[in-house]
Order: sequence, then C-alpha cells, then structure tokens
Amino acid sequence: MPETRSTAYDSKIEGNVIFTRFDAALNWVRKNSLWPMPMGLACCAIELMAAAASRFDIARFGAEVMRFSPRQCDVMIVAGTVTYKMALAVKRIYEQMPEPKWVIAMGACASTGGMYRSYAVLQGIDQLLPVDVYISGCPPRPEALLAGLMKLQEKISRERSLRRQKPELVERVEEALA
Amino acid sequence: MTRDDALASFNKSFEGKILNKTEFCGETTYTISASDLREIAKFCQDELSFDYLIDITSIDNFGEEPRFEIVYHLYSMPHAVHLRLKLKVPEDVAAADTVSDIWPTANWHEREIYDMMGIKFNGHPNLRRILMWDGYPFFPLRKDFPLAGLPSEMPDVAFTKVTPLEGGPFVTVPSTATSKDREPRARPPEL
Repeated sequence: MPETRSTAYDSKIEGNVIFTRFDAALNWVRKNSLWPMPMGLACCAIELMAAAASRFDIARFGAEVMRFSPRQCDVMIVAGTVTYKMALAVKRIYEQMPEPKWVIAMGACASTGGMYRSYAVLQGIDQLLPVDVYISGCPPRPEALLAGLMKLQEKISRERSLRRQKPELVERVEEALA
Repeated sequence: MTRDDALASFNKSFEGKILNKTEFCGETTYTISASDLREIAKFCQDELSFDYLIDITSIDNFGEEPRFEIVYHLYSMPHAVHLRLKLKVPEDVAAADTVSDIWPTANWHEREIYDMMGIKFNGHPNLRRILMWDGYPFFPLRKDFPLAGLPSEMPDVAFTKVTPLEGGPFVTVPSTATSKDREPRARPPEL
C-alpha cells in the first residue's frame, strides 16, 4: 500500500481556505468597515443620527463608528449646507483624513447648494472635494443614506486598490514576471 | 403702569423730540432723531421699565434719503407693553450710538447690523462681523448688493463666488390665487 501525503492543501483545513485576488480581499475588508466622519452641518445631520440609531442601524453595513477625529475616518459624510465660512474648514478636515478616503455628499445642499442660491453658500461640496456618492433629498431619509452607503461599498469593491496606492510595488512585480 | 401711562410719561418727557408717532395693532412706534437715542433709551429702561430689548433691525430704503433706518423693539416685562423706536441714518454717516451698555443683548444685534448693513455703532465694545468673516468686503443685506453675491477671496480664510441663479431669482407671489400661481418660480424682477 503506497504511502499517501497531502500536497496541495492540508485536509484538516479543507473548506476554510479561499483563493481570491489581493484587491478583492483588501476591498472586502475596507468596504465593510467604513468609519464615517460625520460632517453634520444642517438638518441632514438629524437624518444621519437617525440612520445611526436603532431603527435604521447603519451598523448593519459596518459604518456605525462615527469618529470625531478625521485621522481615524474613512468616509466623510457631508450632511448639510456648506457655507463659504465653513467650506475651507471642511476641506481642511478632509485633508487630515488618511488615505484611502471617500466622500458622500448627503442631501441637496451638500450636492448642489440646494435651495440656497445665495451669496453665503457654496454651490456643492464637489467644488472643493472629490465626491464619490451624491444622495438626493432634502433631507434624504435614512434609507437613502443607507442606499448611498451601499453604492459606495459597490464602488469600493470595484477599485484597483493596490495599483492605485502602491504603483511602485505593482511595477516591480510586473517587471519580475515579465 | 399701563400702556397709556407709559406713553403719557414718554410724551411728557420728550415733547419736541418725537418726530413722528404711529399706532398699529395697539403698539406704538416713535420716530426719534439719532442724537437723542441714548437719552431716550436710558429713560425707557430706567423710568418706564422697558427691560427687554426684543430685537434691533435695520432697513435699507435704497434710493431715498436718508437711506437707512434702525428699529428698536422694546418690551416691558412687568407691564406687558410693546414700544418701537425708529431712527433714520443717512448713508454718509452710517453710524448710530450703541445701546449695548443699556441692554447688554444689543451687543450682538448691533454686530449683526454692522455685518449685514454696514452701519457702525459708536461706543460698541466689540464691533466685529458676527456672521461673515473678518475681512469680507461687502455688506450683503444692502439693496445694491446682488442676490447672487460677489466674488471675494481671502487665502486660507474663505472665498465666495457668484452663485448661478439659473433664471432666478425664484419669487413667491403674495395673493389669494392657487398655490400653483403663487409658488416660487423664476419671474421677472418687476413682478
């Protein structure tokens, strides 16, 4: 009787090993633990709070850890009217967030200035920050915020994270393989 | 002290200093001259117990002379009486005396008027802008300031741009017509 021995994998952990792309694994980890920076500037912030509370429970999507330090955040939720007085402060807080980072423009005001066609209001935060998801509504219901968050998760899962963040590493690997 | 007592006392003390007097909805408005403001304000506070300054507002009668008006809304808590004081401010003066030492709440009201209308208050302890930032070059509630705003730039502090009005301004028409006819729409300014 010939001696058998496992080569490709250990039979003891069969079924517990998953093969995937590195990007897919990385994105999967990231998208299910998005820590928001709650940039609550007007009434949208009330809906943002409702989304975080028990009835709508944004924790189901891994985004319940509202951080008030930008250094610990992944996604900035701009919830409300951005006045010109506040605009550069918002930009500065965004710049303090570590990469990778995303922005959700929640509501009509953050997206376009909304009903405030006025000397005092920035006509959309996308004039200062790269916005990933716009959410319509004045204010949007918590479900709309959750839908926007899921859209952002889809977007994150399509990202080529390694190539974007470590281009030198990818180049070196590609050279070695060539 | 009733309302009539207060008014009688006011009339007696400032005979000749009252430029105009109007009654509306049981509330009295006196127009006075800017130079008498502090004397009258002190009297209202000390003698007539108008202890509550509800608000100070300002009006820009653009195209008229004198251009600005300041309105003081007073209320007497113990006697439940309203009183309104108005004074006219010409554009080349654009200043009035402060009443922030008589009613401390006037401090921020006067700062707001200075910020939005550009009227200075002599003797104010801290006359800085309250809503816009220090260094913003315009007074936005003046009638000659465009609704869309004007561009300004203060590096690292703030900036403003001209707002696209997209056919606006969007104006509501006050009437008894249906809500479809009254609702805010882009209308020519003369309507």
